[in-house]
Amino acid sequence: MIRALFSAKTLLVAALLLAALILAPQVVSRFYIYLMALIFATGLLATSLNMVLGFGGMYQFHHAVFYGFGAYALTLLLTKAGMTPVFAYLLAPCCSAALGLLLGLITVRLTKLYFGMLQISLGSLVWALAYRWYSFTGGDDGIHGIPLPDAVYSSTGAYYFSLAVCLVSLLIMYLIVNSPFGRIFQGIRDNPERCRAVGVDVHRHQLAGQAIAGFFAGVAGTLFVTVEGSVFPELMFWTLSLELIIMCLLGGWFVFLGPMLGAAIIVVLRTFVGIYTEYWTLVLGVVLMLLIFFLPEGVLGFALKKAGPAGADPAKE
Amino acid sequence: MLRIEALTKSFDGFMAVNNAHLTVEQGEVVAVIGPNGAGKTTLFHLITGQLAPDSGSIRFQEKEIAAKAPHKICRMGIARSYQVVNLFSRLSVFENVQVAVLARRGKTFNLFRPSRTIAVEETHQILDSVGLGGKADRVCGLLSHGDQKVLEIAIALGSRPALLILDEPTAGMSPEETAQTLALMKRLVAEFGLTILFCEHDMAMVFSIADRIMVMQQGQTLAEDTPEAVRNNLLVQEAYLGGGAAPC
Repeated sequence: MIRALFSAKTLLVAALLLAALILAPQVVSRFYIYLMALIFATGLLATSLNMVLGFGGMYQFHHAVFYGFGAYALTLLLTKAGMTPVFAYLLAPCCSAALGLLLGLITVRLTKLYFGMLQISLGSLVWALAYRWYSFTGGDDGIHGIPLPDAVYSSTGAYYFSLAVCLVSLLIMYLIVNSPFGRIFQGIRDNPERCRAVGVDVHRHQLAGQAIAGFFAGVAGTLFVTVEGSVFPELMFWTLSLELIIMCLLGGWFVFLGPMLGAAIIVVLRTFVGIYTEYWTLVLGVVLMLLIFFLPEGVLGFALKKAGPAGADPAKE
Repeated sequence: MLRIEALTKSFDGFMAVNNAHLTVEQGEVVAVIGPNGAGKTTLFHLITGQLAPDSGSIRFQEKEIAAKAPHKICRMGIARSYQVVNLFSRLSVFENVQVAVLARRGKTFNLFRPSRTIAVEETHQILDSVGLGGKADRVCGLLSHGDQKVLEIAIALGSRPALLILDEPTAGMSPEETAQTLALMKRLVAEFGLTILFCEHDMAMVFSIADRIMVMQQGQTLAEDTPEAVRNNLLVQEAYLGGGAAPC
């Protein structure tokens, strides 16, 4: 199955990159290890958004809700329910998938902008719950000092855990994007009317897409908890959703790994420009303008177009 | 096979289809003709479920299909092409047809098998049969208009329909392309035993292939008969002379 999807060259590059990532903690400082783990979590989140945005054509305007929901689910399962960490880590993404399914049942009846607006409204309700329900979610303070298992408590442990989970999740999402479901999903993106006419139940597929994207956003949420050791309502605030969309556009939303690159760029920008000025979003604004004018297909989309044969579709790379 | 009775659809008081009737028997090629705005495309939208009728009945293989969802009607055996090219713009020619084949086979919830290994042979067979075999890997937006119209038909064939509905299959085509499409339609009937319902403005084409012709005017069925009888029908002649064009 792997051989059918990847060329020998791609596998070689991936192996080298993986070796570098595995060796990284021996070479670089703890701060960079933390930063990279954060990039894995955020990149996974942006990629899960892009499954429905770039490959499904759904205006997923409030994806952060599923991220925050997963993070809160893990935290509450560990702290309030006292669940074994293994089960909590498995169950939390399922909670996000269930939320995706639930909100999807209401939102997929609408299309395009109306879908997006309704999702923002419903998502904001979930955020308001977390923000206000002090006795359960800690309100606007969030929950800190979450009792994480020893294996992932150190920054190196958290790094390896995030790396492994991120890679496995990316591989599964890549398989899904290239499966018959993914093909139909891209068909729905391009032309839902025609999809119906060839016998596709568009709503059911969009609903499944919501659950899948919700699940992987939930996985990303658990990684965030692992890396940071805390949760707070900002994780599901709509401004984060906007940032995620920018990550997809920045990296290239028709390329599978585009959002991963976009997330890396934004996390690094925020961290390093943030040291010098709290107005780091100014820099982001300029970057965005340059992007829209010069690289409408995103950074990775542009690079693949330059590298590949003329007319090649970067979505296939 | 298809029986439409007293079908009516109005938009804000405008009667797009008004008490229309039509019968299509197994293996027939039936043409719908009429001036622009006569309600031909609306009629096709009603049959394939894109629109729900206000009243009337549409029976396909003895089952009522009026107001059913488009994907359910497609699964019952009706596929269509569109007047205005309506493709999956970012997908390749191969993938456009593959979507229809996957949908028919019910493989659309298969999450983990690479799609490039599924339904490959059948998809290539369809592309070869319509003459697009050599262009399978092109992005469909880069095809000529004529090829895009043929791809329209190929997608519909991916659903392996019993009844194929073509909405102006040769609109905007060169005379050579029109001749090729006509030959393709004849082959589909002869080789695959398809039943075809189509509408078209090219009267030479209509009269060369249709077994029966339905004439629509202002949403109503003006006539439904053999080409010879329609040609000699006074009402039809009057309608077409009034509209400025006569059926040949």
